[in-house]
Amino acid sequence: MSLSSITEHAPSTGPSTAKWIGGTVAALIAWGVVYSQLVPFSEWVVASTNVDPKSHFGEAISFFAYDTPKVLMLLTLVVFGMGVVRSFFSPEKTRALLAGKREGVGNVLAASLGIVTPFCSCSAVPLFIGFVSAGVPLGVTFSFLISAPMVNEVALGLLFGLVGWKVALTYLVFGLAVAIVSGWIIGRLHLEHWLEEWVRNIRSGAVDLPPEDLTVVDRIKAGIDAVKEIVGNVWPWIIAGIAAGAFIHGYVPSDLLATIMGRDTWWSVPAAVLIGIPMYSNAAGIIPVVEALLAKGAALGTVLAFMMAVIALSLPEMIILRKVLSVKLIAVFVGVVGTGILAVGFLFNALFS
Amino acid sequence: MKDVKVLGPGCKRCVTTAEMVQTEANKLGVPVTIEKVTDYAAIAGYGIASTPGIVIDGKVVHAGGLPKPDDLARWLAA
Repeated sequence: MSLSSITEHAPSTGPSTAKWIGGTVAALIAWGVVYSQLVPFSEWVVASTNVDPKSHFGEAISFFAYDTPKVLMLLTLVVFGMGVVRSFFSPEKTRALLAGKREGVGNVLAASLGIVTPFCSCSAVPLFIGFVSAGVPLGVTFSFLISAPMVNEVALGLLFGLVGWKVALTYLVFGLAVAIVSGWIIGRLHLEHWLEEWVRNIRSGAVDLPPEDLTVVDRIKAGIDAVKEIVGNVWPWIIAGIAAGAFIHGYVPSDLLATIMGRDTWWSVPAAVLIGIPMYSNAAGIIPVVEALLAKGAALGTVLAFMMAVIALSLPEMIILRKVLSVKLIAVFVGVVGTGILAVGFLFNALFS
Repeated sequence: MKDVKVLGPGCKRCVTTAEMVQTEANKLGVPVTIEKVTDYAAIAGYGIASTPGIVIDGKVVHAGGLPKPDDLARWLAA
């Protein structure tokens, strides 16, 4: 081990910790300065292309030039912050909190912990088995599995930055509600016998992991690692999402969307959910599209239902979960969650008219 | 000879974890056998809820995310 890596991994001694905290603060200030210059930057980009800024193409370019750096910067900040927060949580700790909890309270707790517990769909299966085999009720496990991908920091951070805090808060509250109620219903249906045979036979219990004592520096590093991993993975989705958003922004006539996705068309919510299920994107790719749709007169409930369906009900995740759930149980899962999303869509379109 | 098992369905981080164990073992001069456990039932049998997990001589020492190199050194030296 080289000398530099020894000092790097040494337990937090004063000067090194101060350096990391100082560096983090400096990076945050630099972030703020760059972020405040994005509007002049996008105007400069459009001006330097000699395209009429009022034309379709000009509007598309200006949307793209402003939103790409804005979304990437917001995402980096949010992911860093959540990376630090998540270093205080782990699926094993969450499981210990949920094991043996009664339904109801357990569903609420599971959906809330779903926001802060580190989760990736690649470990959905070990997590599912790990929860169920350690005595977390099936319905409570589902509340967690619905909330974790749908109500996450990427979705909330981007909604907050691009569409505003009211929509972000609405999404948070109703996303949690869908997760809590859907999990509760699945629990009440007592479908344990619809799990795959081998899953029911695992009664491993929970393992006691040795405690990992993390220092402040470790937590900052956890934030940086989260940025490298998440932003490193989702940026192509974001660019694709913003390009789609830019196209909608520049070329789609606003009255068209107000007709198709407006409040007065009752079938637009179910249509949005049906279209959303086979689409696979993550929050980062879908939110620029959401922003553009809203700006073109689409109704909020319809757009939220579309977004929830795309993120929460995806074919790849169902294929992964097929390893532990029977087809019947997956059908119930899609049916219950889909109905919840429909209810959110209709409720919103009725409330905000 | 330390018996190390890396638990994970074959994601990129599981492969990286196995490499990190090998690197750290070489550095310390600890002889190891590394086995990748990819079967979901077998992984779940160890009682973890997140992957990659690390089992050394039958004891689960880590679950979820990449391990820290100095933790690895400590586990391998124990």
